[in-house]
This record gives sequence, C-alpha cells and structure tokens, in this order.
Amino acid sequence: MEDMLFYDRMQFAFTITFHYLFPQLTMGLSLMIVYFKWKFLKTDNSHYNDAAKFWMKIFALNFAMGVVTGIPMEFQFGTNWAKFSELTGGIIGQTLAMEGMFSFFLESSFLGLFLFGEKLLGHKLHFITGFLVFLGSWASGFLIIATHSWMQHPVGYEILENGKFVLNNFSALFSNPWLWPSYLHNQAASLVTSSFVVSAIGAFYLLNKKHASFGRLFVKTGVVFGLISTVIVAFPTGDLVAKNVVKHQPVTFAAMEGIFETEDGGSEIVLIGQPNMLDKKLDNKIAVPNILSFLTYQKWDAQIKGLNEFDKDIYPTNVPGLYYAYHIMVGLGTIFIGLMTFANFQLFRRKLYETKWILWSLLFMLPFPYIANTTGWYTAELGRQPWLVYNLLRTSAGASPTVSSGNTLFTLLGFIGLYLLLGLLFLILAGKIINQGPSTENH
Amino acid sequence: MELFWYIILIMMLAIYVILDGYDFGAGIIHLFFAKNEKDKKAITNAIGPFWDANEVWLIASGGVLFFAFPTLYASSFSGFYLPLMMILWLLIFRAIGLELRGQIHNHLWESLWDKAFGIASLLLALFFGIALGNIVRGVNLGMVTNGVSTQEAHYFFLPLWNPSFSPHAEHLGIIDWFTILLGIIGVVALTIHGANWIIFKTNSELNLKLKTVVYRLNLILLLLVIISILIWHIIDPKPFRNFLDMPWLWIFPIITITGLTGLFRINQFKKDGLGFLFSSLFLFGGITTTVASIFPALLPSTNKINPDLTLYNMAADHYGLSVGMNWFIVAAILVIIYFIIQYKVFKGKMDNIGYGEH
Ligand code: HDD
Ligand code: HEM
Ligand code: HEM
Repeated sequence: MEDMLFYDRMQFAFTITFHYLFPQLTMGLSLMIVYFKWKFLKTDNSHYNDAAKFWMKIFALNFAMGVVTGIPMEFQFGTNWAKFSELTGGIIGQTLAMEGMFSFFLESSFLGLFLFGEKLLGHKLHFITGFLVFLGSWASGFLIIATHSWMQHPVGYEILENGKFVLNNFSALFSNPWLWPSYLHNQAASLVTSSFVVSAIGAFYLLNKKHASFGRLFVKTGVVFGLISTVIVAFPTGDLVAKNVVKHQPVTFAAMEGIFETEDGGSEIVLIGQPNMLDKKLDNKIAVPNILSFLTYQKWDAQIKGLNEFDKDIYPTNVPGLYYAYHIMVGLGTIFIGLMTFANFQLFRRKLYETKWILWSLLFMLPFPYIANTTGWYTAELGRQPWLVYNLLRTSAGASPTVSSGNTLFTLLGFIGLYLLLGLLFLILAGKIINQGPSTENH
Repeated sequence: MELFWYIILIMMLAIYVILDGYDFGAGIIHLFFAKNEKDKKAITNAIGPFWDANEVWLIASGGVLFFAFPTLYASSFSGFYLPLMMILWLLIFRAIGLELRGQIHNHLWESLWDKAFGIASLLLALFFGIALGNIVRGVNLGMVTNGVSTQEAHYFFLPLWNPSFSPHAEHLGIIDWFTILLGIIGVVALTIHGANWIIFKTNSELNLKLKTVVYRLNLILLLLVIISILIWHIIDPKPFRNFLDMPWLWIFPIITITGLTGLFRINQFKKDGLGFLFSSLFLFGGITTTVASIFPALLPSTNKINPDLTLYNMAADHYGLSVGMNWFIVAAILVIIYFIIQYKVFKGKMDNIGYGEH
C-alpha cells in the first residue's frame, strides 16, 4: 500500500513538474506578445510586428508542449487519485470543468486564428485574437489555482456521512483568502520567466552580434518587464502568500523557515543551514535575529511557533525538502531583483547594451526562473503534506484502490521516457527558431 | 438535474467524436492513401488549425464527467487505467507528429513524424471503438470472485486482455473479440469520416479516389454493424428491451441508418460537404443508440452482486449540479460563438493555408 502511494506521487510530481515548465512561459509570453503587437499598432513600426511574430513561433511550440502534457494531468485525477476524485469531485470538478469550458476553448480556438490568420484578419483583429489567447491562458491559470487553493484551504463545503465533500457555497471558491495572493504571486512569477527568457535571447543576439536590433529590443523589454515582475513577486504577493501560510498552516511555515524552537522575544530569519531531523535543529546555521518575526507580523518580538510544538503526525512529510525548496525560491527571487535593478540602472544610463557582464548574466539566468517556479510549487505541495485536502483528507486516503504499483511504475517509466524525448525535441526546435532569428517583413 | 448533465455529457462526447474523429480519419487516410508531398499537404492543411480546438472537447467532456459524475469518473478512470494511459501517449504522438513535422525540412524527419501521426491516429480510432465496446459489454464491478466482491461495489480494474479473449469470462479484459470488433468498426467509420472531411475542405487530387474509398468502406461498415448487432444480441439481449419500452428511442437508430445509407450516394453528391454531414449523422446516431440501449446505466455490471453504475447513483450533489448549470450555459454560448468565428474565418477550401510552416 505504501509502495503504491509512492509511485502515484512520483508520477504526479514528475508529470506536473514537466507540464508546468510550459504554461509558465505561455502565460507570461502571451502578455509580452500582446505588448509587442500593441506597440506595432501604436507606432506602425514593423520592427515590433516582427518581434511579435518571432515570439509567436516560440509560443506555438511551447503551447503545443503545454497542451500535450496538460491532458495527462487532468486524466490523472481519475486514474491515480480515484478516491480523492470520488470524495471531492463535486467541488474541485466544478473549477476544473470551468477551466475546460471557459479557458481551454477560448485559448485553442483563437490560437489557430492568431497563428494563421494575420493576413486573413488584418492587424487590428489579429491583435484582438492575440489578446484573447492571453486572456484564455490567464483564465486557465486562475481556475487551476482556484482548484489548488481549495486543496490548501478548503472553503464552502460540507462533509456528508459517507465522507463525501459537497459544495454548499459556490462563490466561496472564488473569495477563498488563499486564492488571490496565490494567483497574483504565480502570475507575476510566470512573467518573471517570460521576461528572463526574452532578455536572455536578446542578450544572446547582442553578444553573438547577430540580429542586433532585435537584441536591443528584447533586452530592453525583458529587463523592464523583469524588474516590475520580480518586485511584485516578492512584495506584495510573496509576502501575502507567506502570511497565509503562517495563519492557516503554521506547522508548514515552521518547516519552510527551518524554525525548530519557539523563541520568546522574536524569531530569527535563517539564511543558510541544514535541517537535522534527528536532533531537531539546524546545522551550520547563519541567521539574522528577529527579522522573521518582523516580516511576518511587523513586530520585532512576535512569537512564531517552532516545529517542536507540533505533533509529529502532522509534520510535512519531507521537512528538509520543503525547507530547501522554499529557500531556493526566495534566494533566487532576491538575486533576480538585484540583477534586474542593475540592468535597469544601466538601461537608464543608456549603457546596458555595452555592459557585457550584465548581458552574460542575463543569458546565464535563463534556466533560473524555471527553477524558482518549480521550487515554489514544491514549497506549496510539500508544505501541504501529509494532507491532500488540508486538515481534512490525508494523501494516503486519496489514491486509486484498484491500480497496483506495478501498473503505476510501468506508466511512470513510460512518461519519463516520453517526456525526455519531448524535452529534447523542444530544445532542438526552440534552438533552431532562436538561431534563425526574427525575420524582417520585407526580405 | 442528473438527466440534464447526462444529456450534456453525451452530447459533448458525441461532438468530440465527430470533430476529433475527422482528425483521426484524416490521419489514417494520410497513412494509407497519401502518396506524395502534395497529398500530405492537403490533408494536414485540412485539419491543421482545428485539431487543437477539437481535442479540447475531450478535455472539457472529461471535466464535465468529473464534475457531474465524480464517482463514475473515479471508478472508470482507475478501472480503465492502462488503456487510458495509452490513449494519452497516442494523443501526444499525434499532436507532435502534426506540429513538429513542418519545423525541419528534412526527408527523414518528415517521414518519421508522418508515420507517428498516421499510426497514432489509427490506434486511437481503434482504442475509442474498443472503449465503446467495453462500455456496452460492462465490467466486473467490485471485482467479484467466486460470488464475493473484493473491492467497493463501484471499483474495478481491467487488464488489457485475458487469455481467452472472451466477453463471457468472469475476469474480463479490455480487449476481447467483441470489443475488438467495435474497435474495427471505429477505424472504418472514422476513416470514412476523415475522407469526407478532406473531400469537403480541399481540392486535392486525392478527392476522386477518396470517394471510391468511402463507397467501399461503407459497404464493409454496413456488414460489420450488422454482425456486431447480431453478436451483441446473442451475448446480451437485455439492452434491446429499452427500445421496446421506449419506442421514441428509435429516433437514434434511424439517424444512424440515414447516415449509413446516405453515404452510398457519395458519387452523386453535388456539394462536397454532404458526405461529411452523413458520416457525422452516422457517428452521432451510433453513439446515441449505444448509450440509449443501456440507459440509465453508464457502465453496466457483468455480475449479479453489484448494481450497474447509472446516472442516478453516480451523480454529484444537487446544489453543485444546479449552480453548475448557470455557468455552463454561459460557457456553452461562448463556445458556440468561438466555433462560428473559427469556422467562418477558415471557411471553404484550405489547400493554401500552409499549415506547419510558421
Ligand atoms: C519566479 C518564481 C518565484 C519567485 C522568485 C518567488 N516565488 Fe514564491 N512561489 C512561486 C514562484 C516564485 C510559485 C511557483 O508561483 C508559487 C507556487 C504556488 C504558488 O501559488 O506560487 C510560489 C509559492 C510561494 C509560497 C507558498 C505558498 C503556498 O504554500 O501555497 C510562499 C510562502 C512564497 N511563494 C513566498 C515567496 C517569497 C517570500 C518570495 C520572495 C522573493 C518568493 N516567493 C519568490
Ligand atoms: C493547481 C494545480 C495543482 C493541483 C490541483 C495539484 C494537485 C496535486 C495532487 C492531487 C497531488 C497528489 C497528492 C499528493 O501527493 O499530495 C499533488 C502532488 C504533487 N504536486 Fe501538485 N498540484 C498542482 C500544481 C502543481 C504544480 C504546478 C507542481 C510543480 C511544479 C506540483 C507539484 C507537486 C508535487 C511535487 C507533488 C508530490 C507531492 C508529494 O510527493 O508529496 N503541483 N498535487
Ligand atoms: C494538476 C494540475 C493541472 C492540470 C490538471 C492541468 C491541465 C491542463 C490541460 C488539460 C491543458 C491542455 C489545455 C488545452 O488543450 O488547451 C493545460 C494547459 C495549460 N495549463 Fe495546465 N494543468 C495543471 C497545472 C497547471 C498550472 C499550475 C498552471 C498555471 C498556473 C497551468 C496553466 C496552464 C496553461 C496556461 C495552459 C495552456 C497552454 C500551455 O500549457 O502552454 N496548468 N493544463
């Protein structure tokens, strides 16, 4: 039984991690493409239109990957988490079905038009189709995060005698206090990804001395979007989600921050250290006193409960994993803000395109927003353990009763093989598009 | 309320089969009949801008099933675990075959993805037919062995096949000779359907040949349908009672027959779209007839101990279903609008849109 659960979880974790590599770019990039197209309509400078067209190629490829890896996600609720689906389907089915009806139809219908309809539609309508694709992808993110927020912080439900969760308040799903901070944080984070991708490709063109005029446009747009989004990710949104965790999942918060002991007179913020679960303390700790209390409650001496106060039975199953995931996300977030601030400073002084070390850093940074996003989700998901629905339904009670571990391992291996192939193909093809570079209208 | 969602669900699935069905069919035609680059272009152009939106009907039907009949979703998705995973993998291959083919102009690359697209389409058509077969045949709910349920009454798990390949065995498999027959019907019917779509949407040189193909396959289809009805009647006469008890249900078989017989006149049609209309009628009728025959069950039980899974014992709670109706109606109107826009923009013949060359 334990074994079976393990493979189910591995399969979900693997497939969702891979899936989310694509939507984060889809959501951020669609906004930036709409921006390029809008600039073109305003200035009539075809440079912007060519930029939009170039990113549409990457977008189309990325979108196709997102779609093919997204469908297994939806199926897995039923295939691997049948008990969970049976018990909560009346509630999370609501938001998931809405996602299909409201956002996927919107996105996919207009994507075809956006990709193939520029000549048929004319630029104004083409802009509108682009905008609708953007709207669809952000709506999709919203509804999926609404689903997820319900799992983190269930609202508007009632539990029947047979254990089933039934909805008793539809609008509570959307006024869930967990939802809005989480959504805004996540969307800002996906803009971080797209800003870094756009500026990295721009930096590549500048350093490589090919397509330099596009290089400048991409770097400039990327760092401006980048500064705004990295700041929003940390404040106010990161701060707000963290406050939600303290309030509703204090044990998770203690584990994330690596706080074992409750300190009277205020808790320190841990910068570095390794959780030692045997002795229940952090090894090799570097910490700054009282900061955590201040950040969380705006009071230097506010009390934060340490892990040792809680029953072991409700500890997040993987405390060290959770702690590292959280610290990697926050650490990267801090570095991002630093880099983007420098880049904008140089942009303001009109020196950015010549500042080699910033261009190299931008290029080098390409994978890191993906890492930050992934570790962010691991923070959320490992933090939710051992619960599927926080405080109400344990993960061990949610798996499919009749699917044996041999079958799950078989399909997990199948997904690993298939996704490695997909990832490779994606990299080759994206590399080819980037190498070809944007083409100018009249050539 | 349950009935409303039941009808919605069946309609959405039927629309899915009609829409994505022509993509699968086009893939099969691509595999067997497209001889040169021009034919291939014509076929991929005909489905290029649509397939993605068509596939959304599957996702959305899945969503509606999850939401309105969560217990059925849980029990059938875990019970049909292996074939569903394979369907997922095939859908992935089909999609990347279509999307990645045009990205690199190299003969080997292109023929690799052509094959992936074609074979995945063929297998998908086969699997969907088999799926329908499993639903009408029923499954061993509760995994009864020697008269005792070994699982909760609505859970089950089917291996891909059992050694006897018989639909009578106590421990059934997904594939037996009855379900495979429906699988073949699926392939033939969707091939016809795909051919009709290509005839409708292109001026390809293939079109004349495809009309003959449709005509001949239609003969085979007729034969297979008759055989399968006979077999089904012999192994399980119970379903036919629905048609005696509720004579108005005959509307569905009549639609099926209209579609099937209409297609024999394919060579006389003045308009290219008519063939597609008739094969759509056949698919719609075929699905609704099958579903009507097991009504109100959605998944029948093959043992006497555990009851069928029906739209009444599988549905979600009343409040959820009724608020769902409000947003669903809004969404459905929007979806219809998108479809009209999409098909208006890409109306007529599509030989020249250049799918896959961004
Ligand atoms: C570029 C990516 C990125 C960056 C730089 C940050 N985050 Fe983040 N974070 C995410 C990307 C992300 C995410 C992937 O979007 C998550 C996962 C779930 C969610 O809603 O957002 C997330 C979750 C998440 C959670 C867990 C919420 C939960 O349990 O549901 C907390 C507490 C924070 N973040 C806090 C922060 C703070 C204080 C940051 C300060 C710099 C920060 N994040 C930077
Ligand atoms: C909003 C959408 C999401 C929903 C509804 C969701 C739901 C689930 C479910 C049902 C499980 C299985 C049960 C469990 O082990 O807790 C799970 C596990 C997991 N999910 Fe999510 N998830 C979502 C988004 C994500 C994303 C985007 C990621 C990562 C990129 C992610 C990472 C994981 C991981 C790592 C696990 C395994 C946890 C473990 O092994 O303990 N999830 N999630
Ligand atoms: C368990 C969780 C998840 C499930 C079941 C899921 C399901 C799906 C499905 C079925 C698709 C294909 C839709 C189509 O055909 O257009 C898809 C795509 C998409 N998903 Fe996910 N998804 C999950 C997690 C996430 C998360 C966490 C986000 C973002 C917040 C997200 C955002 C998107 C977006 C924007 C798309 C459309 C385009 C693209 O993927 O590139 N998904 N998802």
